[in-house]
Amino acid sequence: MSVLRLALVGAPNSGKSTLFNGLTGRRAKVANYAGVTVETLTGRFLTPLGHTIELIDVPGIYGLNAQSTDEKIALSLLQGNLEGTAAPDGLIVLLDASNIRTHLHSVLQMKTLGLPIMVVLNMMDLAERDGVRIDLEKLEDSLGVPVVTACAARKAGRADLVSCLDQQIDQWKARASIHAPEDDLKALQKRARALASEVILHEPAMNNFTRQVDQYVLHPVAGPVILLGILFCLFQAVFSLSGPFMGAIEQGAAWLGASVEGIIPTGWFQDLIVDGVIAGVGSVLVFLPQIIILFTFILLLEASGYLARAAVMVDELMLKVGLNGRAFIPLLSSFACAVPGIMAARTINNERDRLTTILVAPLMTCSARLPIYTLIIAAFIPPEKVGIFNQQGLVMFGLYVIGIISAVLVAFVLKRTVMQGGPQALIMELPSYKLPHARDFFINLWVKVSAFLRRAGTIILATSIALWFLASYPSSAASLRDSYAGQIGALLEKILAPIGFNLEIAIALVPGMAAREVAVGALGTVYAVQGGEDNVAGLAAPLQSAWSLPTALALLAWYVFAPQCFATLATTKRETNSWKWTGFMFGYLMTLAYVAAGLTYHISRYFLN
Amino acid sequence: MTLDKVEKLQITRVLGFAEGNEDLVARLREIGFAEEDEVELLYRGPLGRKPLCFRLNRTMVALRPDEARVIEVELV
Repeated sequence: MSVLRLALVGAPNSGKSTLFNGLTGRRAKVANYAGVTVETLTGRFLTPLGHTIELIDVPGIYGLNAQSTDEKIALSLLQGNLEGTAAPDGLIVLLDASNIRTHLHSVLQMKTLGLPIMVVLNMMDLAERDGVRIDLEKLEDSLGVPVVTACAARKAGRADLVSCLDQQIDQWKARASIHAPEDDLKALQKRARALASEVILHEPAMNNFTRQVDQYVLHPVAGPVILLGILFCLFQAVFSLSGPFMGAIEQGAAWLGASVEGIIPTGWFQDLIVDGVIAGVGSVLVFLPQIIILFTFILLLEASGYLARAAVMVDELMLKVGLNGRAFIPLLSSFACAVPGIMAARTINNERDRLTTILVAPLMTCSARLPIYTLIIAAFIPPEKVGIFNQQGLVMFGLYVIGIISAVLVAFVLKRTVMQGGPQALIMELPSYKLPHARDFFINLWVKVSAFLRRAGTIILATSIALWFLASYPSSAASLRDSYAGQIGALLEKILAPIGFNLEIAIALVPGMAAREVAVGALGTVYAVQGGEDNVAGLAAPLQSAWSLPTALALLAWYVFAPQCFATLATTKRETNSWKWTGFMFGYLMTLAYVAAGLTYHISRYFLN
Repeated sequence: MTLDKVEKLQITRVLGFAEGNEDLVARLREIGFAEEDEVELLYRGPLGRKPLCFRLNRTMVALRPDEARVIEVELV
């Protein structure tokens, strides 16, 4: 039996992803389309009568007037303009049942696409709880398409929808479509509002709970305090809760390496598996706990409706810098890893603002910098108290602040040079507060986490193997210096000597190009310390004797800026679809890294000598 | 008057949109602003009293004054 391809269309807050997750479960998979930077979810499910439906999760749109990248993707998906994909066989249009007066015109707009349509009034339970009453039969008659209600989060709440699909399927397969005449938006709205007035039997005032909560959340003083409090908890959780899990993963990787050494005979193959594959992939897996905690916070804040409020509150601040409120979420994600941050920039509806956000995202201190910061700070900054603060903690905090300030300055300069143009419109719906749904949350978390693992994992795996080769060959090499990596490092040394870096650092920076944290392991190898990053304490002593304090500080400054992450550069290339901007990002970050390290080296040398 | 001029908790009705901002008006219409709709300013942002958070029928939408200026309203 042929598969019916249906697109799930709806406004950003209509509960679309919840319905999608509910219908397809964990069988959803990310679909890629050739030629565009699209990543939409598709998933299959069986109806009670045994029809197979392939559901396409279209990015949230309010209508067909596409402006953001996400919206353009949605529109070309619906029109079948994406290379290699036909238009869907039908549309399931989702409306928030509480707000059909405001959003009903989108159904009339969708009808102009000429595809079979079915309308779902979602979150009917919440609407009924508020006291909203709708004459469904009348709505169905007037629209001329099937209308069902649903509570997407619950299986029982989806039953009507699924059985209605079964009834419609044969008609849809015959493509019995209704092609509504195209009309201007004003006329559509007028018709939709008139229709809404007819079918809404009772319409109470706005959700009172949301209004009560917003008294505090959007209060000019309490609001920012609450936001700072939430951010403080988020960072506390990311950096302290994750510790034990990260330690366990490191030990697991070390145990696996040791076990493999026992199984595979000594030789190049054992080296490849242990030093290349296990160490390389392990160095990415270590950050998984932080990524999970960060996304847990972001997904819960998003599902509850808070994140839109946060974006509104920081909007004016971001605007002064040359960004806008929507950049808040991508930049927040970038503290865990710039890769999901850069991808989240898709929701920004202005191309210039999106590009600026992508370009500054790597300046947010990602978790991959922590192993390096921790190593150098532990070795060179004495753990003395300055007032009530620990000096080491202050330096770490300072590095975060320098990253944020740099992002502000860079965005400011970009806005006045290459990204000129007036501020873009802010038009953002603030959804009413909702309790996040557990199953939905876990599915979303899994989608994010597996995407991170797959993307970062494959790139790191490939580069780990390549760099293992560079560091281990030619086999005649007596030490790392004689290896290919060492030879490249010797070339770099000439460039890096003026900013206080020695040959060992130069060598470590070569494999460190793949991912920042790899440099820690490489330094471990260079200084012949066993265990590399598993044994930071062991590496501190040789560093203290080999490096001056200015050199250590210069390396810290270097890492605030240096774009040493293939995954970030590859994601930037994919999302901007431009070598020019990827090159620009690499170039400006490298320049800043070199200048910052040089200044730090010479200024601190002047003061310390 | 235009929507950026309203005081907090004043209930207004949308009369129409300023000419010459087709893209912006299209986006405002798509998110739900339309003639006859009820709009009320509920909250202002912490910095420079911007952006503006409006109740639009039973939904909430945030706009900057630049966007709100495009919408013509009358007091109810």
